[in-house]
Amino acid sequence: MSTTLPDIHSHGGHDEHGEHNPYHQHHFATMEQQFDTSKLGMWLFLVTEILLFGGLFVGFGLMQHRYPQQFIEAHEHLKQDIFGRPFPLYGTINTLVLLISSWTMVMGVNAAQTDQKKKTVRYLVLTILLACVFLGIKYVEYSHKFHDGLLPGIFYAHQSEDLIKGTHGYATFFAFYFMMTGLHGIHVLVGIGLLSWLVMRARRGDFSSAYYTPVDLVGLYWHIVDMIWIYLFPLYYLIS
Amino acid sequence: MDWLRAWMMPPQGSEFAKEIDFVYMALFWMSVLLFLMIAIPSVYFAWRYRYKPGRVTPHQTHNTTLEVIWTVGPLLLCVGIFFWGLNGWMKYSVAPGESMEISVTAKQWLWQFEYPDGSRTINDIHVPVNKPVKFTMTSEDVLHDFYVPDMRVKHDIIPGRYTQIWFTPTVLGPHNFTCAEYCGKDHSGMKGNLTVDNDADFAKWMETGGTEWEDYFNGKDPKKTPADWGKITYERVGCNSCHTTDGTKSKGPSWKGVYGSMVQLNNGTSVLADEAYIRESMMQPQAKVVKGFDPIMPTFQGLLKPNQANGLVAYIESLK
Amino acid sequence: MERAVTSGARIGDRPRPKKNYLNETRGFKSWALTVDHKRIGIMYLVGTLCAFLLGGIFALLVRLTLLTPAHKIFGLQVTAETYNRFFTLHGAVMVFLFIIPSIPGSLTNFVLPLMLGAKDVAFPRLNLASFYLWIVGAVMAVSSMIIGAVDTGWTFYTPYSTTTSGTVTLMTAAVFVLGFSSIFTGLNFIATVHKLRAPGMGWFDMPLFVWGMYSTALIQVLATPVLGITLVLLMLERVFQIGIFDSRIGGDPVLFQHFFWFYSHPAVYIMILPGMAIISELIPTFSRKTIFGYRAIAYASVSLALVSFIVWGHHMFVAGQSQLATVVFSALTFLVAIPSGVKVFNWLCTMYQGNISLETPMLYAISFLMLFAIGGLTGIFLGTLSTDVHLTDTYFVVAHFHYVMMGSTVTAFIGGLYYWWPKMTGRMYSEKWGQVSAVIWFIGFNATFLPQFILGSRGMPRRYYNYLDQFQPLHVFSTVGSWIIGLSLFMSAAVLLASLRKPADAPDNPWGGTTLEWQTSSPPITHNFEDQPVLENEPYDYRPKAVTH
Repeated sequence: MSTTLPDIHSHGGHDEHGEHNPYHQHHFATMEQQFDTSKLGMWLFLVTEILLFGGLFVGFGLMQHRYPQQFIEAHEHLKQDIFGRPFPLYGTINTLVLLISSWTMVMGVNAAQTDQKKKTVRYLVLTILLACVFLGIKYVEYSHKFHDGLLPGIFYAHQSEDLIKGTHGYATFFAFYFMMTGLHGIHVLVGIGLLSWLVMRARRGDFSSAYYTPVDLVGLYWHIVDMIWIYLFPLYYLIS
Repeated sequence: MDWLRAWMMPPQGSEFAKEIDFVYMALFWMSVLLFLMIAIPSVYFAWRYRYKPGRVTPHQTHNTTLEVIWTVGPLLLCVGIFFWGLNGWMKYSVAPGESMEISVTAKQWLWQFEYPDGSRTINDIHVPVNKPVKFTMTSEDVLHDFYVPDMRVKHDIIPGRYTQIWFTPTVLGPHNFTCAEYCGKDHSGMKGNLTVDNDADFAKWMETGGTEWEDYFNGKDPKKTPADWGKITYERVGCNSCHTTDGTKSKGPSWKGVYGSMVQLNNGTSVLADEAYIRESMMQPQAKVVKGFDPIMPTFQGLLKPNQANGLVAYIESLK
Repeated sequence: MERAVTSGARIGDRPRPKKNYLNETRGFKSWALTVDHKRIGIMYLVGTLCAFLLGGIFALLVRLTLLTPAHKIFGLQVTAETYNRFFTLHGAVMVFLFIIPSIPGSLTNFVLPLMLGAKDVAFPRLNLASFYLWIVGAVMAVSSMIIGAVDTGWTFYTPYSTTTSGTVTLMTAAVFVLGFSSIFTGLNFIATVHKLRAPGMGWFDMPLFVWGMYSTALIQVLATPVLGITLVLLMLERVFQIGIFDSRIGGDPVLFQHFFWFYSHPAVYIMILPGMAIISELIPTFSRKTIFGYRAIAYASVSLALVSFIVWGHHMFVAGQSQLATVVFSALTFLVAIPSGVKVFNWLCTMYQGNISLETPMLYAISFLMLFAIGGLTGIFLGTLSTDVHLTDTYFVVAHFHYVMMGSTVTAFIGGLYYWWPKMTGRMYSEKWGQVSAVIWFIGFNATFLPQFILGSRGMPRRYYNYLDQFQPLHVFSTVGSWIIGLSLFMSAAVLLASLRKPADAPDNPWGGTTLEWQTSSPPITHNFEDQPVLENEPYDYRPKAVTH
């Protein structure tokens, strides 16, 4: 719309250096205002994300209160046998993978801010790869659960002696497990999509120290996705 | 002003009802007063300060004293009302220990009641006057809500949980109860009668084992035989968990063809399975145990109403 | 009718600009792909009013079914199943498609940036996305009605909603989508208020409408995600039986109610706060007097938004929550009364010694004061534990929330529509017929819903198809009232639509308003203002001063 109308404001449409920035939207007075507003919007969105998961955390807590013993027993099935001791191998590796990906994301944002196009692309691609590793491990973990019949609700079909089918609580635990890690997985998937879009734009040379808003915002998103995992990990893998 | 209360509220069937109505009417008059405090000025100002061209209005931005008054005033009022409501509700929420307990099972779309002595009714209950009654309720399917308007009590009924209400009826005669939590197609048809009896009538009613017998067949086929009643009792009382009616062996002997036959007992003797034997087996099951079965049957002495025992005998007879 | 002339400051009318936001560009695409908040507001207005019509038809059908115990509408037998669908669809359409999105999506979208002196909302494309999500949600909701209908009640209580037949999954999916539409709108307004205020406009220089909508937006952003996740769980429970709400596989049906009301109680404030926000504009404008207790009203809006998050349990006093929770929620519920009362008394004091003219919007505002008073005061009966046990789940509750949702919010919405109509369309409507519609509305509303208080207190449960014969006279009264409401709304539609047939005649500031939206032309130009407005006065300053133009 700004292209069809003459610019009526002397201070509009130009950044501090007096050059017209192609990404400047007409209703913002300055690029700085635009950046601040976008960042505020992203933070608000992230608050809704936290509340989305918050509902599930509260639900999990209430159900754990209802079935404390069953939940603890079910927890044990998220661990693997390492040198004869139960250890949450997949969960721990995934936590590390995500933590490293947060670091590569920070480096990517930093590179975009400092006009380093190649470095930006490299770190963003690295972040995508780490996200894929995370999902790969998640896939292995899920397929074990499917194989063991450790599934939500009426699909629960575990045959061994410890978590007997028909006892209330086990199926509920796995309902929450799949809901929460699944929803988180979807967020990782969306993150991969967003990062790929950033890579495309970064290769095209869209980002510079004057305009790096999308990289910054996706970075925020990615950190929140990591942070949610940081809460999911102890909730599901560590507590016993 | 009693006519106003009588117009706005259902008849008062309990002491609760009187207390709750008193709170209700107090809130009602308070609300009328507060409503007038808002409505009269708004209309009066609109008339008194009606538009005149060129009139300049005063620039009154705020008045801290007034703000404090209409913040603190309503707050105090609300605190008072809260405690008043809490007081009435606390009485309602804890049933006295000596209450008669009636179990309620709600399902789409009928009510089953079970008295302490095991007798059951559907959509119809009798309770003694001036004695506290406690209802312990659960649902077989979706949410329901047991609501007795005349007693001013109501509580949701939740599948997989037990909830309770209680009241002390003080007014003889019929009262309605109804479902107040939406439960599907016949939600509005899920209602019944609660009759408050004096002690003598209540005892008589209990003696007959509830009205399920009449109720169950009412309007459908009044010529149902005692055997049909026996079949219901067979399922209700739980005979069917050990006795089959098709000849297959279960924990107890099957009832098929028993009546009038000679039964081999575990002490080597045999006995004719007549009415007397069958009644004895219900009330003193260890007296004569059938060969090949363990003596595990509990006595039903005192648990079976005369009606039910008669029905069972007739039912077994019908299985010849 | 002769138009009142303000005694306060008034910007002289400039010549009407040839191009405005309505005729700057033409064609379907110029609307479908617009990012102009004013056009999106108009599209939202059309959309939500269509939903209002649909919900209103269901309301009339509900009332017609209950007219006689025979349940016949023009000789056609209405079965219990059909009736259950009527009230479910009435509730779902009115709540999710009309009241929640209407004032934020339509009026606020239109005037909030104007009031702030901004060129647009912070995220114009997100604004358009919000509208399209609304469209998608509406299409899903309507198709769920066409292909199977839903009979769960708008609250979708488990386990009924997870076991009944019908298209509950599609309907809940629709509500999920609508939830995101609502989140996007709220997020947009918060960012706009924070970042796009005109130079010189501090937080306490904003019109109270903006404060009210800011509070609303906070709730939209903070509460709706919980509804989203609840509905996802409900859908999964229904389709896959995952066992979170179903007691047969270890779930807890009451958990759904906690989740649902954690959103839906704040959602009540998503509905009422915008109504209050509009009234805070109408009363000073038509009293030609500065608002009394500006800061008190602003703080009251925000505190209502905050309190709304901690009172959800008052929907569940008899639903099986713990007794302690019941007591705590009752106590907290009374907190709601305080800011509500503060607002009402401040509005009354604004009228005191004013210079009051009773144009259509003001008549609706005065109706609001009375209807909201009744709605609020009857809330006390329901917050009080002992009386709530008797009154909850009866028609008393139905009447109470209609007084708040409809008697207050919809009254304010119609008043606001009449108020900003000249700004939105550039046309004045027939004042006389507008005023008649307001009077009929007030009569019809009370005729419909006052009897329902009595029905409820006498023990008629809500959502009932059959009722005892003794209740029939009151039901007849209520049904006739619904026809009067219908008449009033039909008149309003006619009055407003008739104004579109004539050429633009509205002055820039027909009511003598002091907020910034009256400083641009009617209708506004695409970029809202010729020059960036700079705020010089506090809002609602009606002191006489030299006319600057």
